[in-house]
Formats: sequence, structure tokens, C-alpha cells
Amino acid sequence: MNIVILGCGRVGSTLANIMDEAGHVISVIDRNSDAFRRLSQGFKGKTFIGEGIDEDVLRRAGIEHADAFCATTEGDNRNIMASQVVKTMFNVPKVITRIYDPIREESYREMGLETVCPTIMGANAIRQILEK
Amino acid sequence: MYVIVVGGGKVGYYLTKSLLSEGYEVVLTEKEKRRADELTDELSESVVVRGDGCEAMFLAQIGTHRADVLVAVTGDDEDNLVSCQMAKAKFQVPRTIARVNNPKNQVIFQKLGIDVTVSATNIILSLLEQEIPRHSFVNLIQLKQAGMEIVEVEIPQKSPSAGKRLREFGLERDMYISAILRGDGSITPSADTELQAGDKIYALIRDTKETEFRALLLGDAVPVVPVGGRA
Repeated sequence: MNIVILGCGRVGSTLANIMDEAGHVISVIDRNSDAFRRLSQGFKGKTFIGEGIDEDVLRRAGIEHADAFCATTEGDNRNIMASQVVKTMFNVPKVITRIYDPIREESYREMGLETVCPTIMGANAIRQILEK
Repeated sequence: MYVIVVGGGKVGYYLTKSLLSEGYEVVLTEKEKRRADELTDELSESVVVRGDGCEAMFLAQIGTHRADVLVAVTGDDEDNLVSCQMAKAKFQVPRTIARVNNPKNQVIFQKLGIDVTVSATNIILSLLEQEIPRHSFVNLIQLKQAGMEIVEVEIPQKSPSAGKRLREFGLERDMYISAILRGDGSITPSADTELQAGDKIYALIRDTKETEFRALLLGDAVPVVPVGGRA
């Protein structure tokens, strides 16, 4: 799979490393070049500096040929906008959006985004341990 | 009418002041405490509410369900987009207006369901271009839903079109010439109307026919000025 990952924070870089290791073709976008230090030594993918909500940056990162796009920046709204741009302008088949705010996550899931909410996932994981 | 303004920067502040003086019921929301405090001092406590205009809970608190309009004018396009989308999806606000900082986002916002987008950059660009006389062809308004646009064409001096009757141009069915300005007056055009150099032609045309229409009236050598600049 060709995968474009927006945001090279802890989640973005970990995902990039795992998927790169698994043999996928990865492009990572972050507005801060320092962030790419989180990628592992043997990372074979490409890195791009820029705003993920900018069409031109997405194009440079190969969004037109991507099979999947994952928005994992720390900004919910940035992830939401980037995902919608990718879905509507580039018809990428699989778009995954990380949203911290549970209410916003619910709203955009209803609007048709495929969302991941670390807040709810984390809380549920802790709850499961508590109730074990 | 109840208007919610999201974003207490300069645009939000002056917009709120103007709306208040027009007698509207207005709430201005600002995320940052310091700025919200400043705004409260300048406006009033009943107008300024501190909070995130993208958060559903906050939007519920300020009565977004009964808002007639939500205007998002922060400096971040993604925040303006989400604010308008939440207002529409969760609270059925009938009209949402977003400020677009990056002119490229204007098209995207429209595709994503924002009712009205305002880009200062594009407005200034289009104003500039309307004022520049060397352009004989200006795209004035785009009627998106109808797929039509209103254009202005000025017939240049020494144009081969001068002296020709409208029927001789081979205009198609979706190219309506609505008015011609000549000197100080206007002419209601008919097929027999003869064009003169300096005529300003206002036409409603299908947007896909722009190049053809321009070529028919002017030949191909004239640059097109898109509505709102180069978005």
C-alpha cells in the first residue's frame, strides 16, 4: 500500500515505522523537520515538510497515488480538514482521522469520516484493567 | 436575528461592534483568556464568551441551536471550517460564513458545505483586476449552482468585432448577452445590434463555455481574469 501519514509525532512516527517495516510505501508530512528524528534509522519512506491542509504539499507527498491517508497531528481540526480535503479532492480510498475530542469525533464519524479517538480508547483500556 | 461570531481577532472584534450597532443580538467567542478579557473590557460581558467555538458543548451553552448565522473569522482555516461544520451538523444553523485565510481553501470550503466563504486576498485580487483596463475580459460573478457566470467583455479599439452584428458571432444558446454599455447609456441587445469599439458587454454564459465565448468575441490573445483571482 502507498500510505501518506500526516503528522510525525509519537503516533504518526510509530505508525510510519511499523508500516514501513511491514513493507508498505510511506510518505510522512510534518511542518517541523525536527519531528522526523522520531523515524527509525532504517526508515525507507519519504519525508515532506509542510502544512497537511495544503493541497500542494499533499500532492508533493504523492496523495494522488495513495491507497490510504492517516491524519495524526496533535490538532483535531487540522486532522479533520486535511482528511476532508483528501477525501473530496483526491478520492483516496481509505482515510483515517485521529480526533482527541470525543464529541467532535462522534460528529465527524456521523458525517462519514473514519475516526479514531485516543481519548475514549485510553479511558476504555484503563476501565477494563480496573474492572478486571 | 442572533449571530454568533467565532474568533476575537481584529475581524471578529470590528464585525461584532458593527453588528451590535445595527441592533443584532451577537455573541463573540474567543478561545484565549487574555484576549477574551480584553474584549470583555471593550465590549461587554454579555457579548463576549470565552470558549472554543469548535466544541459542541460550548456551542450548546451559547445557544447555537437558535442562531440564525454563525460567522467563523479566526486566523486558522481549519478552525473556521470545523466551527461552521459543527454549527450546521449539530445545531442546524441555517447560514454559516467562514473567513478563508489561504485563498486556495475557498473552493474546498464550498465543496464541504460552508454557505459563504470570504477571502480578503481573493477580494483584493479581483478588485485589482477589475480596475486594470488592459484586461478586456473579466469574470464578474460565478453562479455555482447553475453552472453559469456573468462576464464583462470590452471590445478593444481596432477589434475585428467592431462593426459586426451580434448574429454574425455564432453565439450559442447558453451565451446570453444581457446588456451593452456604450458611452453613458446602455443598449438592450438584439441579433441586429452592431458592436462598436469601446462597448462593454455583459453576458451570462455557461462556465464551461468561457474560452469559446471569449474567442468568439475577442480572439484568443486576451488573458482571462478568473473570479476571485487565481483560486
